[in-house]
Amino acid sequence: MLVYILRRIVYVIPIVLSVALVCFLLVHITPGDPLVAVLPADASQELAAQLRTAYGFDRPLPVQFGLWIWRALHGDLGNSIATGRPVLTEVLRAVGNTVTLAIAAALIGFTLGLMFGLIAGYFRDTWIDKVATSIAIAGVSVPHYWLGMVMVIIFSVQLNWLPAVGAGPGGSGAWGWDWEHMRYLILPAITTSVIPMGIVTRTVRALTGDILSQDFVEALRAKGLRETGVFGHVIKNAAPTALAVMGLQLGYMLGGSILIETVFSWPGSGLLLNSAIFQRDLPLLQGTILVLALFFVALNLLVDIAQASIDPRIKRG
Amino acid sequence: MTVMSDTALQAAPATRARGYWATVGRRIGRDKVSMVCALVLALIFLSALFAPWLGLADPYQGSMIRRLRHIGTPNYPLGTDELGRDMLARLIYGGRLSLIIGILPVILAFMIGTTLGLVAGYVGGRLNTAIMRTIDVFYAFPSVLLAIAISGALGAGIVNSIVSLTIVFVPQITRVAESVTTGVRNMDFVEAARASGAGPFTIMRVHMLGNVLGPIFVYATGLISVSMILAAGLSFLGLGTKPPEPEWGLMLNTLRTAIYLNPWVAALPGVMIFAVSICFNLLSDGLRSAMDIRN
Repeated sequence: MLVYILRRIVYVIPIVLSVALVCFLLVHITPGDPLVAVLPADASQELAAQLRTAYGFDRPLPVQFGLWIWRALHGDLGNSIATGRPVLTEVLRAVGNTVTLAIAAALIGFTLGLMFGLIAGYFRDTWIDKVATSIAIAGVSVPHYWLGMVMVIIFSVQLNWLPAVGAGPGGSGAWGWDWEHMRYLILPAITTSVIPMGIVTRTVRALTGDILSQDFVEALRAKGLRETGVFGHVIKNAAPTALAVMGLQLGYMLGGSILIETVFSWPGSGLLLNSAIFQRDLPLLQGTILVLALFFVALNLLVDIAQASIDPRIKRG
Repeated sequence: MTVMSDTALQAAPATRARGYWATVGRRIGRDKVSMVCALVLALIFLSALFAPWLGLADPYQGSMIRRLRHIGTPNYPLGTDELGRDMLARLIYGGRLSLIIGILPVILAFMIGTTLGLVAGYVGGRLNTAIMRTIDVFYAFPSVLLAIAISGALGAGIVNSIVSLTIVFVPQITRVAESVTTGVRNMDFVEAARASGAGPFTIMRVHMLGNVLGPIFVYATGLISVSMILAAGLSFLGLGTKPPEPEWGLMLNTLRTAIYLNPWVAALPGVMIFAVSICFNLLSDGLRSAMDIRN
């Protein structure tokens, strides 16, 4: 097992470096001067040249990349052009809120998805299956930012039950696990949970159906094992794949939160990314994307290891 | 003798291939859900295509005195938007851009990804490693993040949003194409083609493409649903289409301010995105089970 873990970690190193390269190059595919956001419109040629040297934009690209990686390894992702604060501080603070939202959404989405998927798989081609698969297909097809708007229309505008935007009373930004704050979490969390719910339902339904149609289940039933015992075998065989899918979905929720966070003004990494894009705050854009992508890579690594530890066949493969 | 065996060799797979697709067509024709979806999509496509001849109001013509009319107002069956423009006309005209920016990335990615995957899978070796390891890098990003990162860096615009979504989908299609190709590569008929002197390009184009295209195509149709949601999402964020163009994602964005005044009109563009997305998903599912002849 340890060998497997070490091997997976070694595989991740080139991926991490390439991810860093992509993030680094993002700033360089940007049309126009990367200094455009800091330079006053009437800046002189000398000032522009000075700033270019100060930011290191006058050096060759590979050197710039090397320096950038070196600083990033020391936790220095530069300073935000808009606020002047260190990028890493800004990103980590925002990521905390995104993690809160993603975990709440995962709890809802995975619970429902597992439930619907198991039921649909067990009662294949019955009306229960049809209802569950319809819910699942609606879940994966819905434009979630629109669903967020509809939720706000129903529960905030029409019924006035829940707040429409923000992450706490008075827009303080400090999160707490009490009802006053939780009220703000409900709508964004439900909205975020819809896609993973649909995907987990579809995956688990297919897995359950496949497992139940295999010969060993027939044998288990023939030897007199009760349905609860058979169910245990279904869970055991479905777990590795289901776990991998859920891990990936959690990663998507963390990294792809920009649309939902924009709809609900949820102060997480997605909203930060949004403001970085529109204020052309390139260091912040670069840093946020790097941190989110690294989160995603780390999560995938964890999922792989967890998958291998419950399914020994994977280690050999 | 040679002539005869040549025709025999060519004729056999050709008729079998036609038979297969005819069967798939018959099976999907019997699937009610798929047919309803195809009908809805055809309706949306055709009305978008022929919008100027449908006698609709001018989708760009606003009026300060008739802003945010409710659904069911006489002359404005679906109300008006925040600038007093007719919603029905904007929703139908909006299909033009929305469908292009949603579907074109998948078509482009289908062409690029199939080529890359076919070459990687057939040639194998170092070229395979080079292509597939490069693809892996893009898998290190959640697709929404990758699309937004590229669009955000390139700046707002229709072309940029199509480019960024194409980049998002190429790796996914390449992976599918590569794995299908690897499965087909060692089959006897490829060996036979190689033995009879066909070069790698001919084998890939004539003998392999037809056999790998089906599964890749089904996968790609499933991606259209995601692509529609993402493309409209980019416009919703302000990274795609620019005003005053009618486009569903952008319309949602500009109508967001009106949810306290006229909520249901504000939600309409999303219904269109949802309808197209769910129809493509169901159609893709129907196609998949229709092509799975063995079951």
